[in-house]
Amino acid sequence: MTGSFRTASGGTRIDRSRTLTFTFDGTTYTAHPGDTLASALLAHGVRVVAQGPYTGRPRGVYSTGAEEPNAFVQVESGPGEPMVRATRLEVHDGLRASSLSGRGRLVDAPDTGRYDKVYAHCDVLVIGAGTAGRAAALAAVAAGARVIVADDRPGIGIEASGELTVLPRTTVTGHYDHGYFVAVERRTDHLGDAAPARTARRRLWHVRARRVVLATGALERPVLFPDNDRPGIMLAGAAAAYVRRYGVLPGRRAVVFGAHDGALQAALDLLDAGVEIACVTDVRASTGPLGDRLRERGVTVLEGRAVTGTESGPDGILTDARIGGDIVPCDLLAVSGGWNPDLHLFTQAGGRTRWSAEHAAFIPGAPPRVPIDVVGSARGIPGEAAEHLPEGADGLVFVDLHRDATLAGVRDALQAGMTSNEHVKRYTTIGTGADQGRTSGVPASGALARLLGRAPGEIGTTTQRPPVEPIPFAVLAGRDRGDLLAPARRTPMHGWHEEHGALFEDVGEWKRPRYYPRPGESMDDAVLRECRTARARVAALDASTLGKIDVQGPDAAAFLDRIYTGRISTLAPGRCRYGVMCGTDGMIFDDGVAARLAPGRFHLTTTSGNAARVLDWLEEWLQTEWPELRVRCTSVTDQWAVVALAGPRSRDVLTALAPGLDVAAFPFMATREAEVAGLPARVFRISYSGELAYEINVPSWHGLALWEAVMAAGEPHGIAPYGTETMHVLRAEKGYIVAGQDTDGTVTPHDAGLGWAVKAAGGWVGHRSLHRPDTARADRKRLVGLRPRDPAVVLAEGAQLVAEPPPAEITHPVPMLGHVTSSYRGTVGSFALALLKGGDEREGETLYAVDSGRADAVTVTSPVHYDREGARRDGDG
Amino acid sequence: MTAMAEGSAPRSAVAHLAPDLPDRPGGAVRLREVAFPAQVELRLDDEDATAFGPRAGQFLCCGMPAPGHAAGAGDPYVLWLGPGWYLAVDRPGSAYGLLAGLRDALGADCGGMCGSAVDVSAARTVLELSGPSARAVLAHGCLLDLHPRTFGPGRCAQTVLAQAQVVLHQTGAADYRLLVRTSYADHLVRWLLDAMTEYV
Repeated sequence: MTGSFRTASGGTRIDRSRTLTFTFDGTTYTAHPGDTLASALLAHGVRVVAQGPYTGRPRGVYSTGAEEPNAFVQVESGPGEPMVRATRLEVHDGLRASSLSGRGRLVDAPDTGRYDKVYAHCDVLVIGAGTAGRAAALAAVAAGARVIVADDRPGIGIEASGELTVLPRTTVTGHYDHGYFVAVERRTDHLGDAAPARTARRRLWHVRARRVVLATGALERPVLFPDNDRPGIMLAGAAAAYVRRYGVLPGRRAVVFGAHDGALQAALDLLDAGVEIACVTDVRASTGPLGDRLRERGVTVLEGRAVTGTESGPDGILTDARIGGDIVPCDLLAVSGGWNPDLHLFTQAGGRTRWSAEHAAFIPGAPPRVPIDVVGSARGIPGEAAEHLPEGADGLVFVDLHRDATLAGVRDALQAGMTSNEHVKRYTTIGTGADQGRTSGVPASGALARLLGRAPGEIGTTTQRPPVEPIPFAVLAGRDRGDLLAPARRTPMHGWHEEHGALFEDVGEWKRPRYYPRPGESMDDAVLRECRTARARVAALDASTLGKIDVQGPDAAAFLDRIYTGRISTLAPGRCRYGVMCGTDGMIFDDGVAARLAPGRFHLTTTSGNAARVLDWLEEWLQTEWPELRVRCTSVTDQWAVVALAGPRSRDVLTALAPGLDVAAFPFMATREAEVAGLPARVFRISYSGELAYEINVPSWHGLALWEAVMAAGEPHGIAPYGTETMHVLRAEKGYIVAGQDTDGTVTPHDAGLGWAVKAAGGWVGHRSLHRPDTARADRKRLVGLRPRDPAVVLAEGAQLVAEPPPAEITHPVPMLGHVTSSYRGTVGSFALALLKGGDEREGETLYAVDSGRADAVTVTSPVHYDREGARRDGDG
Repeated sequence: MTAMAEGSAPRSAVAHLAPDLPDRPGGAVRLREVAFPAQVELRLDDEDATAFGPRAGQFLCCGMPAPGHAAGAGDPYVLWLGPGWYLAVDRPGSAYGLLAGLRDALGADCGGMCGSAVDVSAARTVLELSGPSARAVLAHGCLLDLHPRTFGPGRCAQTVLAQAQVVLHQTGAADYRLLVRTSYADHLVRWLLDAMTEYV
């Protein structure tokens, strides 16, 4: 097939004054601005644009739009994209594309293009900007409404203005509850290399609309016949549209095969465009006035007859249509079986369709529960259409070209006992492709109805779900990638940590320094050095991430007595107490320190990752259970930057920084307001390391100044910064738990060795559950320490504890006695914390820690591995 | 609470990003930090709000805001954060007086204050986003409808922007304040700078 199929003039969408070049399957072609890849290829007589995914049969362009089942191509130029409809791919200079057989290839190079999202609101969303859609939009604008018009075509004959937003090249992909829509706008794809780099290539729109106007039009459906998949066979309305819109002849000699007047109209259009019409055949017994008009113009019109097969050359391209015994040479077979209103967005939100004989189509029935208006052709195009199902067994009758699924498959499904179209869909795959079965769904329902001897309305259509077409992940991700994927919460000292070589770890959303390696140091080296510095001299930790809650009110103390396992109301102002919170199940939920600042005012700390949950927990109890308590909670996590100063020299450092503070008379578990480094500070003398330690709080905007002052004042004492890894080693050596690491929602305070922090009197959250027989069992898992027999081994956290070394071949279940919760190499050597059945009663026993096929002998010890006497708390004198 | 010590300049959580902020007068969109205003968070229950809200409003000279609104045009101003939940904002360095005045207004002087007043001046970074494209920039992440028919000068809301909790306060036809927890400020500013790509 050679020569140009471009007409001498005409084409409403193309600009003939300019010529573009593009490449398809390695061959370079020309096109005009406004051409789609499909129209440009047809203009050059390129008939084969794809292959059937399973049959490998050549396939050609079948339609002009989103309903296209065949012409999916791989875009190779620019960022590349798999499975793009050639019928919607706008040609630009330098476009390179290649044919596919129903499956695209993921592009493996990173897509560096820009994608973004917009949240939009409107009174009226108009989907589809044909005649009906434009009229609806203008009427809504005239009534003063905020209007958005979206259409997936490039040109919308309506101008944006004031409260009218116009979105061309935009596909509304989903209709969700309460007037919520998702749409994808293709903004620069059509510009190729000329696309501005700063402009988002595609935009994901989230639209909230008070009401929606569906002006999505109607899609042509085919008629089924054997060998109906050859290149050269296309929808009749599409064939006429290629001439009208693009000045492209989809063939020179056509057979038109139809079941309704639309096919006859298309034949007239093709005739007007200069296409020779070999014959028109209609399955109806009478073709009426349109048939007469065709005959008047010398066209052979056959009535009550169907195309019964097609012939092709060696290249698989259509050469003849068979109509019964007649063989009619042709290079275009234009088919049309009727019009289907495009109601994806109607049914996605719960609308129902119903069969209308008057329209020979499924039209809008019961609407979804949102204000919705269906206008124009989407309501159905009145007119009869005949049903037709080929009888013979010659050739393959494709119901779904995209899936290569045939009528024989539908018959097989019935043989297998299926009668529901949903079952047949899944059995045959008809309608499950990227084209969402736009050209196959209704023919499949029709075939099923005929084979079962039922009416189409009894069969209905299969459920349509969003999205109406695939959305690339890059569009869904938008700008939420790389550095912007998730917030990284930074403390005021973050920059200092970076400058001083800290390696960070994620703690909730926070970035926390994990350790500060010096040149040549491994992580173990650095952590051990930091540990020794804290134990022997003084070290500083950025503890700003601690959750902090200000609790105020006359009933604050009574409230906290009900929330913590311990008694808070007996605290004197200026004193602190360690506190454990349990859930109603009596299991540890969080722990921290409660400091009484004044009779009716407390400062609580929570674990870094749990701050928001603890505040929610307090609010929940106050709002729902104890609204009579006069207590108010305020998050002050971000108000305060915190430097934890640990080690025997920390008193010297604090003394140097806070000359006005009587450091010598500052008892353990107390808090003081003071000026530290010239900054207004709230200092706590609490220790999470077992050493003499202080936590200095200053307003966050002074955090860096405080940190730098601490480092300077500590320099004569050999101060070093330490990170979370060292913090963990220090706390674990002392047997201090981390809620959420050494506990897992099944650990009571007693299990964790914190019975001393539980008051006998009741009336607090979790108390009742701690009096169940189960929480009093002697063999509950309790916190213990472990020492590996081989001191070179650091146990894996999560390793299972068993009584015997596992045999080489495991033949029966081995009882699990517990598991390792924390394991480090610290100043005491390798050690671990574990939850172990029977707990402290097993002290001295040898067990085995099993992980990943390896078993290490361990000795059960007290969880306190360092300074069991607590002698370090006040420093080294 | 100790008054802010002399000579210790507060340091912004987004100081390292300051050179990147578009602050060209007349630009399509401008972003700048409003440095270190005093901020006090108030919590009252319904009864307290009736009895003590007017006293607090009187002290602040701007009244207390209705739900979804801000009260006060200049300093101080008060933002409604939720039922019985307010944020009073005043010029830098005034936190001590602001806090003391509000505590008095809430009855601290007659023993047993109702509700709470907490100095949170350093808890939130205050950003100002303005210019003809400011609303479009926000629409890239803000789920609220900021159209003049539903939002506008004097309105405020707590919402989520760039996965960070923010207080959004519209101060002029094309002027917005964003109050964000300081630890999220770096993330939010970088997100805003990126969102402005097509507008600056």
